Parts: sequence; structure tokens; C-alpha cells
Amino acid sequence: MIVSAYQRRRATNALMLGLCAVFAFLAVGVLVLILGFVLAKGIGSLNIDLFTEMPVPEGEPGGGVANSMVGSLIIIGIAAVIGIPVGIGAGIFLSEYAGHRLGDVVRFTADVLTGVPSIVIGIFVYGLVVLRMGNFSALAAGIALAIIMLPIMARSSEEMLRLVPHSQREAALALGISRWRTILSVVIPAAQRGLLTGALLAVARAAGETAPLIFTALGNRFLSLSVTGGPIDALSLRIYRYATGPYSEQHDQAWAASCVLILTVFVISLAARLLLRRR
Amino acid sequence: MGANKRAQAAGACLAMRRPWRTGNTGDAIARVIAVGLGLSVLALAGLLIYELIDKSWQSITEFGPGFITSTTWDPVAREFGAAPAIYGTIISSLIALVLAVPVSLGTAIFLSEIAPPWLRNPFSFLVEMLAALPSVVLGLWGIYILVPWVRDPVEKSLGSHLGFIPLFDGPPFGFGMLAAGLILAIMVLPIITAISRDVMLAVPSSQREAMVALGATRWEVISGAVLPYCRSGLVGAVILGLGRALGETMAVTMVIGKGYNITASLFQPASTAASAVASEFNEATYDLYVSALVELALILLAITLLVNMVARLLVWRIARSPGVIRE
Repeated sequence: MIVSAYQRRRATNALMLGLCAVFAFLAVGVLVLILGFVLAKGIGSLNIDLFTEMPVPEGEPGGGVANSMVGSLIIIGIAAVIGIPVGIGAGIFLSEYAGHRLGDVVRFTADVLTGVPSIVIGIFVYGLVVLRMGNFSALAAGIALAIIMLPIMARSSEEMLRLVPHSQREAALALGISRWRTILSVVIPAAQRGLLTGALLAVARAAGETAPLIFTALGNRFLSLSVTGGPIDALSLRIYRYATGPYSEQHDQAWAASCVLILTVFVISLAARLLLRRR
Repeated sequence: MGANKRAQAAGACLAMRRPWRTGNTGDAIARVIAVGLGLSVLALAGLLIYELIDKSWQSITEFGPGFITSTTWDPVAREFGAAPAIYGTIISSLIALVLAVPVSLGTAIFLSEIAPPWLRNPFSFLVEMLAALPSVVLGLWGIYILVPWVRDPVEKSLGSHLGFIPLFDGPPFGFGMLAAGLILAIMVLPIITAISRDVMLAVPSSQREAMVALGATRWEVISGAVLPYCRSGLVGAVILGLGRALGETMAVTMVIGKGYNITASLFQPASTAASAVASEFNEATYDLYVSALVELALILLAITLLVNMVARLLVWRIARSPGVIRE
């Protein structure tokens, strides 16, 4: 049977398009499978004790991870307080002040910093803060997460500030308003929603981090509210410890805690996306 | 770039060069603050490199360049070599890329060129959600679901059918290089997919229309116009995925099994630079041990910086080439 060139091209077309579709369904299928499994397993082990009780000594039943949740909130709070303003400031520099050459250097450095593994940031902060202060602390962990947030914040705020039309800046300047006032009262309010989206995404990224916390927060079984006073627990650290331990009660709690962590991260990212879409 | 921007720049020059002459101290202060915050990014990068070199200096002077090639990692004998960890880092990332790149590119092509909008949006959304999945949660899933699956059907059948290949030789452990490569593949998949989809969407539709006008099939449009046009951006996307895989820590630490032998078999427990630092740091009892771990982190930093610089330059080139709408 003679196959014409046209038929061969049609066949190749169908084959390759089909292959792409198969890959897409495979990728999405794997993702849905993982998400579904973690959520199903986690929701099955969720109970009220998880949110209200402290961890119990190993091998004993019961207990919860209340201290880890409080610790996570404190650490992420510190990270947000440091990382968001500095990041937005760097974004303002990039969009409003930077000349071509310096702007490109800072922009490139920020992009490359985004790719630095979070564990390297953890070691860096261990040397910079933990060794100098003499103990592990929520502050050190917050600084580590702030460093992870900084380049992300800087680049996303730059993009958002650039979306503000030049005519708005010029209108303000033409009214005799000084440059810094223009940025503060015209440019930033116009980009408000975008800046908030960037901040939420950076917080979501920081909330799921574990590796840098090993060297900065360390973690323990007790409730700590101190910023500088010693080791503090975090939800992601607790999942790591429980998952790698031998006790099945702890494994169940690790699934439940994972479920809480995922839902938190997803709700934050979802809020960020909705915020941006509703223009 | 236009008259708009030039006029703004001119006005900015007048106001910025000599703020004291305009009598506006507010502008001068604001400028100093903004420049300071912008430069904090550069300062941070410098400090990062300095601090890691400083803290690993003891190990650098003790072992010299031989640290990179030495294959012994034995804290008890105070003997440290990075070769097993570097080997593990590179091999696990390669496994991840081999598995993830075809699937990611296929998915990206599907999302940008083939899928109808009602399918495109939920799929894109799911891919982006997976990128936000915390690594430690994926590690938990890895320990209890992936590793048992890798041990029983995957490694057992690979070993019995293809055991003559050194890669698939040896007893099925579950925890090891193969499991680490698989979990890394799952982690880089959404990243490579999302970036390459964006790069493909940036290809001007005139390129596609030209191919269609020549009577090309859908696939010929993709392979003849879309892919060649954004080739460097796609390479950049893959390298960014590689950068992520090289430095990924938690999920890998949880499934790689911690071994320090360089073997061809993918079934054996191994270590990556990141997993070694994460799992041993709290056990490091003396200064030289800590210093050696920091040097491992320094090597990891050097590798990822290099990889990311190459990737960024490639992605920037496509994003700035003519015909693509900027910003």
C-alpha cells in the first residue's frame, strides 16, 4: 500500500498532538493524585487536639501541634515585617530610580538570588545570626525567610509598579508635587492590589519552607512566644520530625499537619490570584 | 521605550541630580532610601558568599581542592570529601530532568497550542498549585507512598528484567537515588511547564499564521514555527528546573536514604549536597565537621549560581527579542 506524503503528515500530526495531550493528562493526573491523597489522609486524622494540645513525649498517644502553629505564625510574621517593606523598597528602586546599568545589575542579582537553594540561605543565617547571638531563635528564622522573600518581592513589586501608566506620574509632577510624594500618594496606591498579590505569594512561599528552619529555629516540643529567646517550633519542621520518626501516632499527626499546611498555603495563593483577577 | 519615558527621564534628571537646588530635601531622602533598599539586594548577595567562605575556611584550608574529588565522607575518622554528595546531586537531578522534560514540554505545548480554553484554565491552575506544594509535604508522601511503590513493583521488575545493566543492579531498597530522582521530577515538572508555556505564549501569532498559510498541519506549525522561535527560552526553562532540582532539600532528604558510596546502581541509598547538610547539621559535633558541611553548601551555591545565571540570560534574551511585547 502506498502512503502518500499527505497521509504521513496527517499521521505525524495526530501522533504528536496525541502524545502532548497524553503527557498533559499524565502530569495533571499525578498532581491530582498526590494532592487528593495528602488531603484525604490528612482530613482523616484531623481533630481538635491537633490545634489545642502540645506534643506529647514520643510513643504516647494523643497530643497536638499547637506550639508549632504558634511558632510558624511568629516566624512568618517576623519574615513579613522585614521582607515585605524591604522588598517593595527594592522594587521602587528598580522601577522608579534605577538607571539602566545599575538597574540591570540589581535585577539580575535578584533573579539569581531567587534560585539560591533555601538550605544555603539557612546556613548563611546560621553563621550570620545564630552564631553571633549564641542561640537559635524565631528572629533568626524570620530573617532567613525574609531573605528568601526579598528577591521575589523586589521583582514582583517592580513589575506591578511598572504597570502604572507614566501619564499618572507626569500629571502629579505637573501639579508641582515632589517626586517622593508622587511615588507615595499616586504610584503606590495605583499599584496597591498588585503589591499585595506579590506579598501574599511571597508569604505563601515562605510558609512552606522547612530547610532554612533546621538551622535557625531548630524546633522543640514546647510553646515559645519569645522572639530572641531560644529554639521555636514550626509546622513544617514538626512534619519533618514526625514523618522521619518511627511512631505511627506521629505519622498520623504529620498527615494532619500537612493537610493544615497545604490548605493554608493554597488559600493564600488563591487569595493572591483572585485579587489580581478582579480588576 | 518612547518619548514618554525620555521625557520622564529628563524630568527625573533635573529633579534628581541636584535635589538640594530645588530645595526639596524630601526627594533627596527618598532617593537615598530607595537606592539603599535596591542596593541591599547586591549587599545580600555579597554577604552570602563572604559568610559561607568565612565559615567553611577551616575545611578549605584543611582539605584544599582535594575536598571536591575525595570520595571518603567519614565524620568518625575526621575525613571529609564532597565527591559522593556532588555525584548524588548531579545524578538525581539528571534523572529528574530525563523524566520531567518530555512530560513538561508536552504539557506546555498542550496548554499553549492545543487545549481549548475550558481545559486550559483549570489545567494551568492545577500546575501552578502544585508548584506551591511545600517540599516537606511531598517528602511525607514520598516516604509512605512513593518509596514502597518504587521498592516493590518498580525496582523488583527492573532488577529482574534489566538487572544486567549496572544501573538496575542490586537489591531493591526503595529509599535511594531512583526515589530521589522521581520525587525531583515531580517537583520540577510544574516549574518547567509553567515557564515554557509562558515562553510559547510569547511567540507572536504572525509566526503561526505564516506556517498555516503555507498549508502546514497543527504539529508542523508547532515544530516548524513555535518551538524554533522560542528555543532559547525553552532551554532556559529547563535549566531553571535543573537549578531547582540541584538545590531541592527536604523531599530528597526524606527519600534518598543517606549513603556515601558512589555506585552505578540507582537502587542504592545516596546523598546530595543539600540532603547531607540538612540531615547531618544537627549531628555535627565538632568545628571541622560543621565547616565541611558549610563548604558543601558553598559548592552547592556555586553550582546553582552558575546554572541560574545561564538560565536567566537565556530567558531574558527571548523575553527581549524583537517582536515580543515587553512588560
